[in-house]
Amino acid sequence: MVDERRTHTDYKFVIRDLTLFYGEKRILNSLDLSVRRNEILGIIGPANSGKSTFLRTLNRMIDLTPLVRAEGEALLDGVNVLGNVDVHFLRRRVGIVFALPLPLPLSIFDNVAYGPRRHRSVQRGELPDLVERSLQAAFLWDEVKDRLHEPAMNLSGGQQQRLCIARTLAVQPEVILFDEPCSGLDPISTARVEDAMRVLKEQYTLILVTNLVAQASRVSDRTAFFLSGDLVEVDETEQMFRKPSDQRTDDYIAGRFG
Amino acid sequence: MHQRSRFDSVREFIVEKTVLLSGLASIVFVLLIFVFLLKEGLRTFGIVSLEDFLLGRKWYPISSPPKFGILPLIGGTLAVTVGATLLSVPFGIASAFYIAEVAGPRMKEMLKTGIELLAAIPSVVIGFLGMVIVAPFIGDLFDLPTGQTALSGAVMLSLMAMPTIVSIAEDAITAIPGKYREAALALGATRWEYICRIAVRAAAPGIVAAVMLGIGRVIGETMAVMMITGNSAQIPHSLLQPVRTMTATIAAEMGETVPGGDHYAALFAIGLVLFVITFFVNLVADVFLHKDRGTVQ
Repeated sequence: MVDERRTHTDYKFVIRDLTLFYGEKRILNSLDLSVRRNEILGIIGPANSGKSTFLRTLNRMIDLTPLVRAEGEALLDGVNVLGNVDVHFLRRRVGIVFALPLPLPLSIFDNVAYGPRRHRSVQRGELPDLVERSLQAAFLWDEVKDRLHEPAMNLSGGQQQRLCIARTLAVQPEVILFDEPCSGLDPISTARVEDAMRVLKEQYTLILVTNLVAQASRVSDRTAFFLSGDLVEVDETEQMFRKPSDQRTDDYIAGRFG
Repeated sequence: MHQRSRFDSVREFIVEKTVLLSGLASIVFVLLIFVFLLKEGLRTFGIVSLEDFLLGRKWYPISSPPKFGILPLIGGTLAVTVGATLLSVPFGIASAFYIAEVAGPRMKEMLKTGIELLAAIPSVVIGFLGMVIVAPFIGDLFDLPTGQTALSGAVMLSLMAMPTIVSIAEDAITAIPGKYREAALALGATRWEYICRIAVRAAAPGIVAAVMLGIGRVIGETMAVMMITGNSAQIPHSLLQPVRTMTATIAAEMGETVPGGDHYAALFAIGLVLFVITFFVNLVADVFLHKDRGTVQ
C-alpha cells in the first residue's frame, strides 16, 4: 500500500493492463505504461499501431467513437479515468492538441477564452491576463497581440496549431496530450511548437504521439515504441536511440520498415 | 464509324441545349411574371400616387370614388407574419437542434418523416382545421366576439413555416464539421455548451436563411389566412383583431373585378408589392446561404 502511494507521487499516469476493442477487433493489447510527472513521453510507431487511440483513451475522447470498449486501468493520480468519472472535469485536467489545428469559429481571444469561460475557472477580469499568458506560453502572443479580435481562421496553419496549444493551456490542465501536432506544419513552425513543448514540461506532463522519429529524439525524455497494438519497449530516449533492446525498435528507428 | 460519331455529337448538342433551356426556363418565367405584373399593375399609379397607395389608410375598392390605400393590408400581412415568425422560429430552431444533435437515429427518422408530412398537408386543410378548432378556441380563450383573428392565422401559419425552418436549419447544423464538436468537448465543454456557443455560431448563416425562407412562406400563404383571419381590411392594433392580408385580398376580390378596370389594376399592384417583398426576403436568405458555404470550406 505504501509502495503504491509512492508510485502515485512519482507517476502522473499509471496504465495497467489496458486492452482496447473496436467492435471485435483488438486495437491495444494489455498495455502497461507509466508516465512520470513533468516529463515528455514520446510515442512512436507505424500507422495503425494504436498510438492515437491510446492517447484518446487517457481523456476519454474515445467516448465519442461508437463501438470502442476499454478494459484495464488508467490511473491519473491514483484514480481510474476509465471508471465512473466526470469526463468534462477529466478533460480539463487532461488536455489534448489534435493533429490538424482546428480553431473554433470564434475570434482569437474567444478561442483561448473558450475553456476558462465554460468552467468559470477565473474571474471575468482576470480573463485577458490568462489569455495573454496562454498565448505567450505557446509562443504566439507577439504575432497576434494586435489582432486578438480577428477570426482565428485568418491565422496561418502553424499559428493555428499554436493557438490550439494556447487554448488547451488556458484550461490550466495537468497533462497535455499531443496527437501528431506537427503533421501539417512546415519545419519552422514545427521547431516553434517543439520549443513550446520543452518549456511546457516544467509545469505540465506531456505525452507526444508523433510520426516523426526524429521529433521524438529531439524533444522527448523517454520514448515508447508501439507496434500493432503492443508496447514493444519504453526507455530513456537517449538509450533507445543509441541501443534499443528490441530488434523491431532498431529496425523502425533505422527506417527499415514503417 | 465516322457517321456514328457525328450522330453522337449532334445528340450531345441537342441534349446539352435542352438541359440549358430547362435551366433557363425558371428565370424566364419569373421575368415574364414580373413583366406581366408591371404591365397590369403600374397603371394603378395613374389613379393614386405611390404614396397614397402604400400609406393610404382606406381600402374601399368598390365605393365611389374608390379608395386604394393598402396600409391596412400591409398591416394585416405584417401582423400575421410577425406572429407566425415569433411562434415558429424558436420551436423550429430548437427542433432542428434536437434532430441534428440530440436525437438517436430512429427518433431522427421519425421526426424528419413527421415534418415532411406536415409540409405536405394542403393549406386549405390547415385553414379548415383553423376555422373549426383554433379560431373558436382563441375566441373563447380571450373572450372575443370572433376568434377569426390575426393570432389564429399566425398559429396556423407557424405550422406551415415549421417544416421549412426545421429542414433547412437542420441541414445547416448537420453540415458543421464534426471536428468543432471534438475540439469543444476536448476543452471540457458539455454537449449543451457546445450547442449553445459553437454550433449556433457555426450554423448561424444557415439558420438565418431558414428563418427568412420560413417568413417567405408565411407572407405568400393565401388560402389558410383567408379562411381564418376574419377578412376585415382594417389596420390592426393587436393580434386579437380580425385582419386581411395582401394575398387574401387578391384572392377574394379578383373574381369581382372588371378585367382592365381600376380595381383590377390595383390588385395587380398589390401583387407587385408582394413580389418585391418576397424577392427581398429570398435575397437575404440567399446571401446568408452563400455566406454559409463560404465559412464551412
